[in-house]
Amino acid sequence: MSGRGTKSVEEFDASVDEPAAGLSPFQMGLARVRGNRMAVIAFWVVIFYVFVAAFAPILVRLLNIDPYALDRQAINDFGLPAGPLGGVSWDHPFGVEPGTGRDILGRLMYGARISLLVGTIGTILTTVVGVTLGLIAGLRRGFVDSLISRVGDVTLAFPSLLLIIALANPMTQRLESWGIPAGNTARITYILSVLTVFGWVYMARLVRGQVLSLREREFVEAARSFGAGTGHLVFKQLLPNLWPQIIVFVSLSLPGYVALEATLSFLGVGLLAPAASWGIMLGDSVRYYRADPTYLFIPGMVLMILVLAFNLLGDGLRDAFDPRSDRQQL
Amino acid sequence: MTLLSVRDLNVTFGTPEGDVRAVQGVSFDIEPGETVAIVGESGSGKSVTANSLLRLNFGADVRISGEILLEGRDVLTMTEDEVRSVRGSDMAMIFQDPLTALNPFYTVGRQIGEAYAIHHPGATKKELREIALNSLEKVGIPEPLKRVDQYPHEFSGGMRQRIVIAMALVNNPKILIADEPTTALDVTVQAQILELIAEMQAQHGSAVILITHDLGVVAEITERVMVMYAGRVVESASVENTFAVPTHPYTRGLLKSVKSLDTARHERLEPIPGTPPSLIKLPSGCPFHPRCAFADSLGGRCSSEAPELRIVGSSRSACHLPDERLLGLMGGAS
Repeated sequence: MSGRGTKSVEEFDASVDEPAAGLSPFQMGLARVRGNRMAVIAFWVVIFYVFVAAFAPILVRLLNIDPYALDRQAINDFGLPAGPLGGVSWDHPFGVEPGTGRDILGRLMYGARISLLVGTIGTILTTVVGVTLGLIAGLRRGFVDSLISRVGDVTLAFPSLLLIIALANPMTQRLESWGIPAGNTARITYILSVLTVFGWVYMARLVRGQVLSLREREFVEAARSFGAGTGHLVFKQLLPNLWPQIIVFVSLSLPGYVALEATLSFLGVGLLAPAASWGIMLGDSVRYYRADPTYLFIPGMVLMILVLAFNLLGDGLRDAFDPRSDRQQL
Repeated sequence: MTLLSVRDLNVTFGTPEGDVRAVQGVSFDIEPGETVAIVGESGSGKSVTANSLLRLNFGADVRISGEILLEGRDVLTMTEDEVRSVRGSDMAMIFQDPLTALNPFYTVGRQIGEAYAIHHPGATKKELREIALNSLEKVGIPEPLKRVDQYPHEFSGGMRQRIVIAMALVNNPKILIADEPTTALDVTVQAQILELIAEMQAQHGSAVILITHDLGVVAEITERVMVMYAGRVVESASVENTFAVPTHPYTRGLLKSVKSLDTARHERLEPIPGTPPSLIKLPSGCPFHPRCAFADSLGGRCSSEAPELRIVGSSRSACHLPDERLLGLMGGAS
């Protein structure tokens, strides 16, 4: 009897002690994300999109569909998809495009490449620029800080969407004259540039605020008192403490960029047909929404599910890393 | 040779409300291996003095003048790189709050190793780990092999302060500056930490500058005491003299306002009237005169002329009162 009792106490100790020991705050945050079912599902949805985008050319061949081939058989004499639900069939699982008969599934898969590419690179650029400027503003303070902050204020005051649309053609031509390949490469470059120019401010503000509070913390002063230089302070003391906020912010801004790319393409500022982009498809489908609602519905759903998944994942990360939003689970 | 010699240190912070004269004309010497306490209430300039030694005062508008001679080299005129090489290796600091003095994102072993690596760039990972393990063992952390890979939040306050001390000592500094090292700790733990500092000092032969407002702490481990008030040193004496024969009315006030085992049962504690002055608008003359019980007896002198530190008995005091009255302060009659 007593033997069994002792054993259970040991087991209890082990089970309480072991998982907590040696976990950094970062690892504890990740553990909390893993415990959040919505975030985990969202994570796998995002991974699925990334997988489809990455292997689109191979998947297209495996499924025997061609996003660029015109299929006269699949559309009727009015130019609308033959058959019900926008021409859904074994050959074209998501139906075909009205007018051309191109396969929608294939075009969505290629469109995912554009959306994720623009979203990811745009996020990386804005994050790098924003974090760098935020760190400089927070660390140097004084004149440099005022300069960066005021430039940020002015940037936010611009009616950015109007400016992006108005500058699209002249700036794209300018980029082409600088030797960037004409067409969609130049257009993607333009979109990424404006995303960065208008997007860095939020990240820079977040980082600047964090740096201002962190630099007064004793461990930063302690590092200084041990003779640490600026490089050590930035990379060893400040950045590790900023990672959780940066990751949360990134995961919440990625869907914004994905949606913005679709918006710009929809408005005709982004990519040009025949490239496959969700925004182009949505813009195109509006003309057919009475005759062929499936064409509007399917790309819309595909875009919505990705943006929703990113947002849920971002929420999960914020709940896990931001101590103030400690409401869901332990 | 004097290890550290501070001469006429002045620190002024410019603020929108006016200049804050945090430290004025502070001079003192530290000999190798000795323990000196700087005592004073909040805002008396003791922490600013300590930070100035490592040139850690920063901000938009700080003006420092005077000399801080570390083995003959003036810290205040060094280049930024030279100051960095002094920080941690010649003079190291222990901070007040061990909860915030450690970076929450690194294991304690790594932080101790990094404090060493800053001054020994060639050290390998294995050496750093070895050093971290030794340091933890030296400051009395049980099971260092297990603890070295744990994060600060897995330690209690007292344990964390031991780790902070281990970090400060890892480069064998000649001077250890302890800025209120026990203020954030339980009383029982306070005694252990003071004991540890004293023990480490004996082992390493470092001089210790202890910044505190706690007279009990002072009595426990120091040899010499400097009392600061409103940015000036008002009394400098051996620890015995400070408690037995205080030679400044402010020191007397501090002692009278603390309860000790010697306080008779019906004796009332005597608080110092008033509040510490604003460092932006300091009183004229002696900064203590508006609160001093003896100021009236000297006519207008206390409010017009600032007293210099002078030798009174075997102490040094900045007060206009005649020597015999200063030496008899504890006797009572005011």
